[in-house]
Amino acid sequence: MASGYAVRPNRYYDSVFLMGVNQRLARLPGVGQTAVLMASERNKELLAEIGIEGDEVRAAGPNDLLVAVIADSPAIVEAALAGLDDALQTLQAGTALSDLHTFEDGLRAEPGANLAVLTIPGGYVYREALLALEAGLNVFIFSSNVPVEDELRLKQHARERNLLVMGPDCGTSILNGVGLGFANAVRRGTIGAIGPSGTGLQEFTCQIHNAGLGISHAIGTGSHDLADEIGAITSLMALEKLEADPRTDVIAVIAKPAGPTTRTRLVERLQACKKPVVACVIGPSGPRQAGSEISWANTIDAAAEAAIRLSGKRTAPTAGPDGLQTVGPIRAAWAPQQRYVRGLFAGGTLCYQSQQILIDAGLEVHSNAPLDPAGRVDPFHAARGHTLIDMGDEVFTLGRLHPMIDGSLRRERIVRESVDPSVAILLLDFILGRNASPTPVGDVLEAVVEGQELRSKTAGRLAVIASICGTEEDPQDLGHQLELLRQAGVLVFHSNARATSFCLELLKADGGDSHGPAAR
Amino acid sequence: MDQRPDDVLDQPLVVINLGLKGFAESLEQQGVEVVQVDWIPPAGGDAEMLDLLDELL
Repeated sequence: MASGYAVRPNRYYDSVFLMGVNQRLARLPGVGQTAVLMASERNKELLAEIGIEGDEVRAAGPNDLLVAVIADSPAIVEAALAGLDDALQTLQAGTALSDLHTFEDGLRAEPGANLAVLTIPGGYVYREALLALEAGLNVFIFSSNVPVEDELRLKQHARERNLLVMGPDCGTSILNGVGLGFANAVRRGTIGAIGPSGTGLQEFTCQIHNAGLGISHAIGTGSHDLADEIGAITSLMALEKLEADPRTDVIAVIAKPAGPTTRTRLVERLQACKKPVVACVIGPSGPRQAGSEISWANTIDAAAEAAIRLSGKRTAPTAGPDGLQTVGPIRAAWAPQQRYVRGLFAGGTLCYQSQQILIDAGLEVHSNAPLDPAGRVDPFHAARGHTLIDMGDEVFTLGRLHPMIDGSLRRERIVRESVDPSVAILLLDFILGRNASPTPVGDVLEAVVEGQELRSKTAGRLAVIASICGTEEDPQDLGHQLELLRQAGVLVFHSNARATSFCLELLKADGGDSHGPAAR
Repeated sequence: MDQRPDDVLDQPLVVINLGLKGFAESLEQQGVEVVQVDWIPPAGGDAEMLDLLDELL
């Protein structure tokens, strides 16, 4: 293999633009790997790890564009890099840039603003968010890789001013019916939600909508808010606001496990809440404080059902799984060595929830984001046994977009797992919503089909099970996404919990071996 | 903590969007007033220069 790089000084581009350039370069024949990045220190370290180094790289800074190509021959590398400026020009031609480049410019243009939305590199978030707070704006921070001490200072500053800092690493919020980040299109209603988990909030709000009810507000807090370093500052403020909000009748908190001190504080506050509260903690079963006023839920599905019940409405019958009746035929097609489930997730919380369901059923599960630290696996190494990979893990997203926007990394992994002869089930999630990929299923469908075909050529047959999180109002056309999956022979469920439970049905259909199907 | 009358939950959102333009477009599609900032690193991304500029502000 040959490699090379190019630097374009003083050319700052955002991550979506960089993805577009990357896609153009990567599709040239003979190109193995490409990286299109701004030359931050961390990105330069990443490039060094794949052998891209040099004086020009070392001298480049965060405002300089760095492009690296690894290909079959030096001629292909040269050709790919020679096409870079054309690619930049072509993509830029379709993008009209505004002449506003700083927060201050934005504030001059819109002095009445009450919310700043930040999707900028994590290292710059503190400065820009602080400017926004000082100007009296609430802040929604989609960016990740923000130092925890910066997050704490921002949230303390905001609390003094009764302003919300949603984030960093906040995937979703819905305020007054307006969806921020990846939020799904859901109707307005009386159920409020709070959560550090973006995909957890999406799955919850979609289930409420799909049951015929609606959301008053869903306040994302950022993935670290319940850590003891932050102490649930935003979660507690959000609770105050929803408790005082006349449109909210029931409040649900959708969370991963909190730090011990924070958990105690949050539970005390939830118990004192004047409105009915549902607490859904995805992860190891912790104390549930029996007898408290809180309705505890183990899964997002259970949280949605509890919230609907507490709101006084009847729980709508849940959409039945596509094929409990198909357990027998699916298992009958497996080769004897097919024993394991491999999950490849765009949603971190969904990966977590699937682990919980499988572990609670007695299975030994491995993950790069494990519930049990003993189950940790290297995300890049070959998987073993039952393994569920969170493809949104920071190790995958540094220098790339989240798998909910960019499906390329998941595509490669789907094929790799499909050809492992020990794999019986591929478990996937598809998450619709604003700002997510316009074709979440289409992004990976070829890989799913290729994996199934490769598997059939050797021995046995691969079962592909998927969950889809979305509503019929979402821009991606839920019905079309479902149809694409069904045409490819994928069994689709409307929740991650149900899809995972179906995997369990398949694995344990003989009722015996919890580590895989018993001999048939 | 008392809620102020200008609490964000009681007002129409008016947004300054720093970064990805798609986020501004999705807000516009929802009828939200939004101004797009095509953000670039201040001071060319030079941290020392940025600190100096912030001191001057």
